[in-house]
Amino acid sequence: MPSIRKPLIPLAPHPTNALGLTVRDYEGAMSTLCAGCGHDSITAALVQTFFELDTPPEMIAKLSGIGCSSKTPTYFVSGAHGFNSVHGRMPPIVTGANAANRNNLYIGISGDGDSLSIGTGHFVHAIRKNVNMVYIIENNGVYGLTKGQFSPTADVGSTTKRGVPNEVPPIDPVELALSLGASFVARSFSGDKKQLIPILKAAIEHHGFAMIDVISPCIQFNNHQGSTKSYKYIREHELNEIDSVFLRSSSQIMAELPTDSRVSVTMHDGSLIAFRTLPENYDPRNRTAAMNYIHEAKAKGEVPTGLLYVESEQPDIHDLNRTTSKPLINLPLEKLCPGKKELDRFQESFV
Amino acid sequence: MTQQLDLNQKNSGNGPHRLLEKVNDFAIRFATVNGTGSASANNLLLKAMFRMGVPVSGKNLFPSNIQGLPTWYEIRINGSGFTSRANIFDLVVAMNSQTYETDIASVRRGGYLIYDSSWFIPPGLVRDDINFLGVPFSELFAEEFPESRERILMRNIGYAGVVAAAVTMDLDVISELLDETYSSNERIRNSNHRALELGYNYAMENLDCPLPIRLERMDKNSGKILIDGNTATALGCVYAGATVAAWYPITPATSVAENFTKLCSKYRTEKVTLEDGTTEMRNNFIVLQAEDELAALGMVVGASWAGARAFTSTSGPGISLMNEILGLAYYTEIPAVIIDVQRTGPSTGMPTRVQQADILECAYASHGDTKHILLFPADPEECFRFTVQAFDMAEHFQTPVIVLSDLDIGMNDWVVDRLDWDDNYKWDRGRVLSAEELEAIPKFYRYADEDADFVTPRTLPGVSTKGAYFNRGSGHDRLGGYTESPEGYTQVVDRLAKKHKAAANYIPKSAVSLKDGARFGVITIGSCEAAVKEAIDRLDKDGLPLDYLRVCGFPFPDEVKSFIDSHEMIAVVEQNRDAQLRSLLILETESPPAQFRSVLSYGGFPISADDVATGLLNELKD
Repeated sequence: MPSIRKPLIPLAPHPTNALGLTVRDYEGAMSTLCAGCGHDSITAALVQTFFELDTPPEMIAKLSGIGCSSKTPTYFVSGAHGFNSVHGRMPPIVTGANAANRNNLYIGISGDGDSLSIGTGHFVHAIRKNVNMVYIIENNGVYGLTKGQFSPTADVGSTTKRGVPNEVPPIDPVELALSLGASFVARSFSGDKKQLIPILKAAIEHHGFAMIDVISPCIQFNNHQGSTKSYKYIREHELNEIDSVFLRSSSQIMAELPTDSRVSVTMHDGSLIAFRTLPENYDPRNRTAAMNYIHEAKAKGEVPTGLLYVESEQPDIHDLNRTTSKPLINLPLEKLCPGKKELDRFQESFV
Repeated sequence: MTQQLDLNQKNSGNGPHRLLEKVNDFAIRFATVNGTGSASANNLLLKAMFRMGVPVSGKNLFPSNIQGLPTWYEIRINGSGFTSRANIFDLVVAMNSQTYETDIASVRRGGYLIYDSSWFIPPGLVRDDINFLGVPFSELFAEEFPESRERILMRNIGYAGVVAAAVTMDLDVISELLDETYSSNERIRNSNHRALELGYNYAMENLDCPLPIRLERMDKNSGKILIDGNTATALGCVYAGATVAAWYPITPATSVAENFTKLCSKYRTEKVTLEDGTTEMRNNFIVLQAEDELAALGMVVGASWAGARAFTSTSGPGISLMNEILGLAYYTEIPAVIIDVQRTGPSTGMPTRVQQADILECAYASHGDTKHILLFPADPEECFRFTVQAFDMAEHFQTPVIVLSDLDIGMNDWVVDRLDWDDNYKWDRGRVLSAEELEAIPKFYRYADEDADFVTPRTLPGVSTKGAYFNRGSGHDRLGGYTESPEGYTQVVDRLAKKHKAAANYIPKSAVSLKDGARFGVITIGSCEAAVKEAIDRLDKDGLPLDYLRVCGFPFPDEVKSFIDSHEMIAVVEQNRDAQLRSLLILETESPPAQFRSVLSYGGFPISADDVATGLLNELKD
């Protein structure tokens, strides 16, 4: 993907975070996506999130598949390692990387075609393995780089730019993830940074696979009258009833825990998600309730957003495999190779 | 019953076609039904023969099925050490009436057929040039073992007893093996002993034992082990320090990953104290059963990118799927070790039959210009050594290395030298920059600063922002940036071509043996070795001296080209239809095609010395 270095314009001093870094330190190359692309807003939300969480840039590993969405890891945290892999195959790459070094923070950026067409098999199995990662689907309902074909999330009845309707039922990544037992499922809208940033923070701290489906309109090919993934359509049909805040440390929890918090979920590392508003009778820890809520909203033509489901104690890939707590890459050969004496002993059963 | 007795009297082993005495030089075939537990009996005999110090091989010709289909096991005993697969058998143990016709046909003239005389053999199948030795297995074992499953299993041990008596095996050796195998279960141990003796005693009393085909103790197996290639490969992965394995179940490679898991559970678990003071066993490895082979290699590449030694094991169909990630790893220069235990293709092919038909696919796997490093082990000992070397080469050259084993090596037991290990082994992790090394350089560029092997330094995620780069399968220049420029692109891919060439210096030396006056050369690969060496020995005695070279890897080291250049004619022996090794040799050494002949075996059974000798004679006679 073409990338352009950002010009360094000295502005008024930026505020710094606990690591002494500014927001600029979490930025990447200039985006080469179309002006107004929803993906750029997600990139901006990620930059803000890492800055606010004081994430060491070198601990971030950003991986993607192929497509417009998969270009975006170039546009944030230039001090992080990036891996733009092949179409649909990002989940196994992250699975392997996470297996090797559990200490990095793995951010996977994918699109609706990447995750739900060519890479569906990988997406669902990364969920089953509960790979500890943030998985963002930048969902715009079309193949942008190849100029506007329907993707598997295109709704029945939505049309191409030229007016041809889609007749094939869509795959909803939120419903798919919930049915597969995903431990963290959210939907957001690229146009709503206020909602997206707390979700991203919680996803980063979540121990396990955190799936965020972000509706992210394609300004070129899917922002027209017949689209159900346009800015206008989402603004008109979004059902935004779940409001959550993320509180990272005990001091923040003490100081900022909203008095109107209805439900709170303690995360694996002690941080907290407080749900300030929720639909009636909704519990974000109840998978069945979440699924019903989504079904009902969809039947009414609404697009529910927010942190829909979270289960903070589900064992992740390393818990399931009883892996040592150290990253495997740090184990010296002496710990891994049983040595000559043991080889001789082992071969006694082969004589 | 009367008809059967007649048959026995007529062919008591003393008839006109009685074999001449053959000591430590014969072949036995066992025909059974799969899923009946015959493998234990066959392995028992093989191991007992091995312990008697005689060179021996066992080939399992099994169906792609769990229960109920015909299966064969073949043992070749040869005091001179020629143990490639035999085409015709001195003794056939026919325990499967479904296959009587083929089994009876596979007996050498004058040879022996042991069968269950509780039942009739259709008169049309009776040959008068072989000896029928009837043993009423069903009747004998029905009395002794009333429970049906046990009866089926013990009948197999029973035929082992009959064979032991027939070919003069040391019963103590077999008994001792049974004691070792069933040391923890007295009941099963006793049943096995009873079954063995029942067969042995019946044969001694009722058949003309011993037959003229006889085993005699030798001392050819000291310092040797009897092991299958997949176990040795898995050991190689453990000893090389691999921590991440990702795989998808596939015959005949499954036992690589399964053995790796088993070995790691034995050697790589550690008691750790948790935060709350309790202790727990934790693994210093991870085995990922992937959703498919494509994902398996994706996981390997992810793990290698993050800095682990990682591998996958598969067979041809898996390699087909892995092409996409092979191209990615090649172009982005990420190490990966792939074990390909080859089977018969194309497509599903014959999953339980052998071929060496992935050579070309592996050499150039993936779209675009790609060339991979391949290693070709010939037996389990080389599986162990070459696998360790594969990890060193993959990390040194930052590229995938494919170890091309096959079903014959991987799943059959071979007599090989003991595996050796040097405790001073240092793993070659290649050029990976540490945080300190990064500090010392002004700026890091991923694909610049190549060394003598055309390798550039890499960095790992989680180390330093200074080492951060964007790994991309899209066009990139020597600085690691995205490019669509012809110069930027070609600079990188030209270096990749040179890097592949440089790997030739690291490929294991070819196995070579030369004969005085040889005008022609024979080149072969992998598991063909035993058959080719035997054929060359035979032809030499017949007055046709031939030079021999076995290639151990690709890119080909210089000695391969010199060998070709120094012979009028080269015959390439391999196990595929299209002469893939021959093609690769012609392409990569730029030798004239007319200089080459081919001897091919690709029906799915391991190649035999007879096939090779006949083929070489046809191709190389004046």
